[in-house]
Amino acid sequence: MDWALPPNYSTFGVVIDQLFWIILVITGIAFLLVEGGILWFCIKYRGREGARAHYTHGSNKVEIIWTVIPAIIIAILGVYSAAVWQDIKGASNRPADALEFLVVGKQFEWNITYPGMDRTLGTADDFTVLNQFHFPVNEDITILLESEDVIHSFFIPELRVKQDAVPGMTIPVWFDATQTGNFEIACAELCGLGHYYMMASVTVHSAADFDAWQASRATETAQ
Amino acid sequence: MATIVAEATGQAILHEEHEQSFLRKYIFSTDHKVIAIQFLIYTLFFLMIGGLLAMLMRYQIAWPARGELPLGGIFPETMVASGYILPEFYNALVTMHGSVMVFLAIMPMLVGVWANYLIPLQLGTHDMAFPRLNMLSFWAMVPAGILTLASFFVLGGAAGAGWTLYAPLSARPDLTGVGLGQILWLVALVFIGLSSILGSVNYITTTINMRAPGMTWMRMPLTIWSLFITAILALLAMPVLSAAGIMLIFDQTIGTSFFLPEGGGQPLLWQHLFWFFGHPEVYILILPAMGFTSEILSVGSRKPVFGYKAMVLALVSIAFLGFIVWGHHMFQSGMNPTLGLAFTVSTLFIAVPSAIKTFNWMGTMWRGNLQLHSAMLFAIGFVAMFAIGGLSGVFMASTPVDIYIHDTYFIVAHIHYVLFGGSLFALFGAIYFWYPKMFGRLMNETMGKIHFWLTFVFFNLVFFPMHGVGMVGMMRRIYDSTGYAHLQGIEDTNALITWAAFGLFASGFLFAFNFFWSLKKGKKAGANPWNATTLEWQTPSPPKHGNWEEVPVVYHGPHEYSHPDVEDKDWLAQNERPDVVSPAAGSH
Repeated sequence: MDWALPPNYSTFGVVIDQLFWIILVITGIAFLLVEGGILWFCIKYRGREGARAHYTHGSNKVEIIWTVIPAIIIAILGVYSAAVWQDIKGASNRPADALEFLVVGKQFEWNITYPGMDRTLGTADDFTVLNQFHFPVNEDITILLESEDVIHSFFIPELRVKQDAVPGMTIPVWFDATQTGNFEIACAELCGLGHYYMMASVTVHSAADFDAWQASRATETAQ
Repeated sequence: MATIVAEATGQAILHEEHEQSFLRKYIFSTDHKVIAIQFLIYTLFFLMIGGLLAMLMRYQIAWPARGELPLGGIFPETMVASGYILPEFYNALVTMHGSVMVFLAIMPMLVGVWANYLIPLQLGTHDMAFPRLNMLSFWAMVPAGILTLASFFVLGGAAGAGWTLYAPLSARPDLTGVGLGQILWLVALVFIGLSSILGSVNYITTTINMRAPGMTWMRMPLTIWSLFITAILALLAMPVLSAAGIMLIFDQTIGTSFFLPEGGGQPLLWQHLFWFFGHPEVYILILPAMGFTSEILSVGSRKPVFGYKAMVLALVSIAFLGFIVWGHHMFQSGMNPTLGLAFTVSTLFIAVPSAIKTFNWMGTMWRGNLQLHSAMLFAIGFVAMFAIGGLSGVFMASTPVDIYIHDTYFIVAHIHYVLFGGSLFALFGAIYFWYPKMFGRLMNETMGKIHFWLTFVFFNLVFFPMHGVGMVGMMRRIYDSTGYAHLQGIEDTNALITWAAFGLFASGFLFAFNFFWSLKKGKKAGANPWNATTLEWQTPSPPKHGNWEEVPVVYHGPHEYSHPDVEDKDWLAQNERPDVVSPAAGSH
């Protein structure tokens, strides 16, 4: 039994995980206070013959205290979350010179179109591979995410990336892997009978390896 | 004025009571109490069906490759083939477990049962404002239930696109293999919407117009406040779902393209409509539970509710904020990320009134004289479990964290802590608490306490580990997780969850046994077994048709327990004149 986030391999993952742990600490303290308080009250104030409860309708002072304190914590968390969200997803932060791929989901496969050696999508040397996503490490990657039929969701747990693929829309998603490795794309949105096996392999190469892989695939596809 | 009219009709009802036939009295009844009991039997049945669907689902998740489903032979080959649950049946289980639990079990049990039963009794009136509409609101649920059950047995099976019905999957039979089953469920949903809207109109009208003399707004029990606010939410939200559901039926059957991109439609439009209904729905599913909990905690602690006005304000602000947070279900949907910012802020702020309520419940218990009977245990359990559901919600309200946990079991854990640990715990508490009023006998306490502890332990063994499975990254609604590299190593946890789920389901039968056994064998309750102050306890159990011989007059707030000036007992009923008991009591 290993209940933990999988190891992180992306730049965004660092801040996402950090925020996860911050929230876990804050909610963990609140959890202990509330559950501990309930348990303590149940023991301390359990009914006794002849005992009488303390008569009170409440106190405006404590109402203000337990309204303001959560509101402040929540406001700080909200502002910080919003800033991180803007960094990760904000359209203005989309990397300008990223290497672009086209990823099209369809029941129950991922079709990945590569830019080819000219590093540009929509040119003659593009090629498409089924269920295999290769890309270089330490480089801004943008995928243009589409779907042919129903809604799918592009999920690579180790890169902390998730985005729905919606038919009729092209949604850009960007990320930057910090280490080489082998992962999987999973589909995270119920998409039909084969939802559970809609997966593709992910290989993060060094820059040189990626070029070599692309060159070999390009010739293969051309033949 | 309205009160006087109500009195007149109430007397008329009392006079004609003995002339009613069996059919008019128990089947096509316009008596709010009988309708409430009809809803109770109906919803307990569907609670069992929903639970059964979950058990089949859990079997598949724990042992995806094993087959050998116990009693698998009784299912048609289209559902279970040689002991293996088929993927299409699994999708139907996922979809219909959620749909049945939300729309046919929890929601009508919270509102259909308790708004019907408690509003006239706690407000001190003879019946609902529109008794015939009320009867119709129950009978509209009957075709909904029949259509839902029938949908499992039509060609293609029951709906399989998830309870959220995301288009295009839900709109394209060629992509799911489900045609008629999906349509039947949508038609059922339209009936449920009708029932809910009729009911809501009734609850709102009754609360506004038919309060007993002296029952001012700020003297209403918190149950009534919560049911009143819930009815407003339902009245505003359900028509949106009904309209969206009809649009979806059109997309499937007559070739419209509201949600289909190839005809110029927008899949995201469905999500906006669904969640514009769906998030208020979440509060429809929790506000009444909060009301019952406040009431039971106050009676069980022998103390007034701590911060009554703050509780009312918190209810109102949750209801208001509930209408502007729907986008938080759609952070990863492809919606413009800038919209996500606004929804993050509104969502996080809804945590504030929830926190206020939790602290006030603890304040109510503080320095009380706690009577730890079954109803009270479930009410305390509600506070403890709802707190966990509320805190886990903070993770997904924070958009960056939501990127990772969205559509994983972390969300499944969260929703069940709110909907089962929250709503259903409060409902069990409400049943133990008001059962003696309904049937004149108390449920057995020993069985009740065993039921509580089994439910509490198994519930946490089922749903707490789901947070862990979600952190590992297990996606929702997958038929088989074993093929994924990142999901290796969670098989044991999934098996543990499944065993605990079987225990949880089994403990429900102890409750059912207690429920039926106590009808005949339970201890006689008398009018007021809990020494409670609200009006429903000041009339015989069960109350006669028309509820009151004489309409009660209300002198003070709903929770006058342990008032220092009342000496011979620790409670003062709402219709007891303070000066009769002692001069100073209830003078606040």
